[in-house]
Amino acid sequence: MAEQKTVTFIITRQDSPDSAPYDETFNVPYRKNMNVISGLMEIRKNPVNAKGEKTTPVAWDMNCLEEVCGACSMVINGVPRQSCAALVDELEQPVRLEPMSTFPVVRDLVIDRERMFDALKQVKAWIPIDGTYDLGPGPRMPEKKRQWAYELSKCMTCGVCLEACPNVNDKSNFIGPAPISQARLFNSHPTGEMNASERLEGLMEDGGLVGCGNSQNCVQVCPKGIPLTTSIAAMNRAATVQSFKNFFGSDNAH
Amino acid sequence: MAEHREYFYRRLHSLLGVVPIGIFMVQHLVINHFAVYGEESFNKAANFMHNLPFVLALEIFVIYLPILFHAILGVYIVFIAKNNVRRYGFVRNWLFYVQRVTGIITLVFIAWHVFETRVQVALGASLDYSLMEGILTNPFMFWFYIIGVLSAVFHFSNGLWGFLVSWGIAQSPRSQKIVTYATILVFLVVSYIGIRTLITFAYGV
Repeated sequence: MAEQKTVTFIITRQDSPDSAPYDETFNVPYRKNMNVISGLMEIRKNPVNAKGEKTTPVAWDMNCLEEVCGACSMVINGVPRQSCAALVDELEQPVRLEPMSTFPVVRDLVIDRERMFDALKQVKAWIPIDGTYDLGPGPRMPEKKRQWAYELSKCMTCGVCLEACPNVNDKSNFIGPAPISQARLFNSHPTGEMNASERLEGLMEDGGLVGCGNSQNCVQVCPKGIPLTTSIAAMNRAATVQSFKNFFGSDNAH
Repeated sequence: MAEHREYFYRRLHSLLGVVPIGIFMVQHLVINHFAVYGEESFNKAANFMHNLPFVLALEIFVIYLPILFHAILGVYIVFIAKNNVRRYGFVRNWLFYVQRVTGIITLVFIAWHVFETRVQVALGASLDYSLMEGILTNPFMFWFYIIGVLSAVFHFSNGLWGFLVSWGIAQSPRSQKIVTYATILVFLVVSYIGIRTLITFAYGV
């Protein structure tokens, strides 16, 4: 049998949220069809770096392993994407792994995406149906609308669009593309539409819609192919109409 | 309104770039184009503009204050961006970056241009063909003006695209693409008008 093939990973590591990042190289035995996560699992099994020194296992985040949860996003060879869907055979060697720099690093490749969940709260990205009595069935949704709204619902809050956006960084308060598209999703829902103006108000708050500079990187990098820039433009129009209603004083409710 | 201050300022920034600043810039370049038809016709047009009724008020409210607001907020917008064209070399990302670069160049150019022309006229220089001829026959200033005019026109044309998207007029990818082509056309036409005039001042042709 031939000598065992290896895969080299160069990983940007960080021991704690405040400590300085450093690079560490690992040689991992190659297996057919392996993805980045199975490489990381090999490192966890045998945490020895390329110099043969024993080290701490690399920490990363993961959950579904089928590109629907968004937890395992990291920058792989310069591209922000999900590590579960990154097949080693399709990657250039050595494989460089870095945490997504837009977010605070917890440890190694683990980042804190809390700002995205805060942004979803800002735009009220949910449909309020709780009450003290049964409200009965809501209005029906046209099938055609459901089909395009379904595309928006594929967002998994993975943070890749925020990572690629030049206007999402520590100098700006821009919430990023994902929550704007989510506001559009819930505003297009027949029941969610009843609170449409509340979400638009959220989008008009500081850090909202106007933080977008139209670089349109988001729509290029979104792993789910969500039409983010169309969503942003659609919300721009809705916010324009809402702000005219607010100022000139017609019915504000919708 | 008060609770949406950032929203209001950014939308105002977008609007002012087109109305009145963009319209003023196109008008300014068109009027200057009279130079191509001869010294006399330029002087006539320049004098007409200079002797408009309420000219100082028009200048303050249509030109100075809008440009000042647009420039100050614009520099802030440039400062808060973290450009990443090296990692994400998409066309729109490059245009995003160039929009910021040309904004800064245009600001420097306008500051110098206003000092050299409007301020000098206010201090007693005569507003005529020879004023611009004197500036532009210097090859360094000629190229400075070429770069300044191209930057300003690019910033306007691409900003027009941004305006249409930011106000939600062009939403679909298809409409945004067609607006891109339309604004390229605007860039080419307005650049021609501006540069043709500069060549006349510099070389008399």
